[in-house]
Amino acid sequence: MRAVALRYAPLLLLAALWEAAPRLGLVDAETLPPLSAVARALVGLAADGSLALNGWSSLRNLAAGLGLGIAVGAALGLTMAWYRPMEIVFNPLVRILYPLPRSALIPVMILWFGLGAKSKIAAVFLGSLLPVVLGAFNGARGVEPVLIWSALAAGTSRRAALWEVVLPAAMPEILAGIRNALALSFILLVASEFLIGQRGMGYLISFLGEGGNYDGMFAGVLVVSLVGFLADRLYLGLMGWALRWRE
Amino acid sequence: MRDALLRSASVVALLLLWEVCARAHLVSDFLLPSFSVSLARLYHDIVAGDALLGIGLTLYRAFTGFALAAVGGVAIGILIARVPLMRWFLDPLVSVGLPMPKIAFLPIFVLWFGVFDEAKILMVAFSAIFPVIVAAAAAADGVDRTLLWSAQSLGAGRQALLWQIVLRAALPQIFTGLQVAMPIALIVAIIAEMQMGGEGLGGAIMQSMRFADSPGVFAGILAIAVVGAALVRGLEVLRRRLLVWHPEGER
Repeated sequence: MRAVALRYAPLLLLAALWEAAPRLGLVDAETLPPLSAVARALVGLAADGSLALNGWSSLRNLAAGLGLGIAVGAALGLTMAWYRPMEIVFNPLVRILYPLPRSALIPVMILWFGLGAKSKIAAVFLGSLLPVVLGAFNGARGVEPVLIWSALAAGTSRRAALWEVVLPAAMPEILAGIRNALALSFILLVASEFLIGQRGMGYLISFLGEGGNYDGMFAGVLVVSLVGFLADRLYLGLMGWALRWRE
Repeated sequence: MRDALLRSASVVALLLLWEVCARAHLVSDFLLPSFSVSLARLYHDIVAGDALLGIGLTLYRAFTGFALAAVGGVAIGILIARVPLMRWFLDPLVSVGLPMPKIAFLPIFVLWFGVFDEAKILMVAFSAIFPVIVAAAAAADGVDRTLLWSAQSLGAGRQALLWQIVLRAALPQIFTGLQVAMPIALIVAIIAEMQMGGEGLGGAIMQSMRFADSPGVFAGILAIAVVGAALVRGLEVLRRRLLVWHPEGER
């Protein structure tokens, strides 16, 4: 308990500094509202329902895009490692598209799907796809051939070997790829909410900022940062649990 | 050799598919202008000078922000590894900051620094610095003790130890951090340009989209794809050059 308190003391120090600096007039309270004002604004946003409305929209679009990205990405990566023709067709495409900054595709998504949830989901999907593909591909390729040979020699069908040998063996790298995808999906989601508007935490933050409600804007940024951080921690915990069979 | 042909064939096939789908009007020209039209548009924009200006500005912002993140991140990372007080203070901040979606801070950067180059560059640096700090701290932590001891027994001072031993031994891992940071820098530079406006590839694509000028959008994406590939490959080449002395270079 004391160790935890000591470890996170710098965060408290930073919070205290945040509160003190505008109060002592070191910085303008317009440019950096004190933490207490931000907390009050947060309570206000929660009370008038805008936090729930926009937060729910963000979570739903994030889950849909990321879920789709994980499903398609893992399937594509595994089959690329398992069937050579798939590898020959898709590996060069993945390599060519990998360095393209995915955020550049948001305007195309708007052209294709309009100003709405579909575009945001598509942007998150595109952002999360390739890290999962690469994780699954590299993981499945790194499986020891001996494992596969013994499974096949013991009479397992190729399809069953893919499910029961390759997938579990590739799981650590797939899960690591999903962690990268999680971080990217937050970036793509918030960016597309800035640009598309209508709903979502990114929209709420920029709407409040443009209206000069800086207390509320900081509260929104705080919420998104906290959720992003907690999502990563939660995922790390899940990852450790899912891989507990590994020594 | 045959493999290499097959591999480039799939990229060519994708471009052909794009061209044929667009020409056969399977989808409307508005949704998908053909590859040749987009390429011609890019060529036109380059000749007119707009595209080169945009590419230059985007590169300048992404690269300056990246350089700030690289220098600052390595310095902070080594401080964390070598100074206990700095480790106590910065370690929790970095472990919270690394997974945080920094992009949400964009409106705060607008409030603090405006909408011009300064705000964009600082936003890029802020987004890209955390992986560099983490990589540099871990790398400096992992420097082989015997290396430090031998250097000290040969009379190396603190300065020499830092520059000639710690920094060099940590370089491979630091470089991996930089290779993580570079794509982030580009992604964020583009987002900052799209949101804050002004010249640059991100702003130009957004502008084309608002005017429903889809060849302009796709021409911009082709330009960004080339820029992104050049930067990522450039770092790979630089890594091989800088690390020729390292065992990893022998692969």
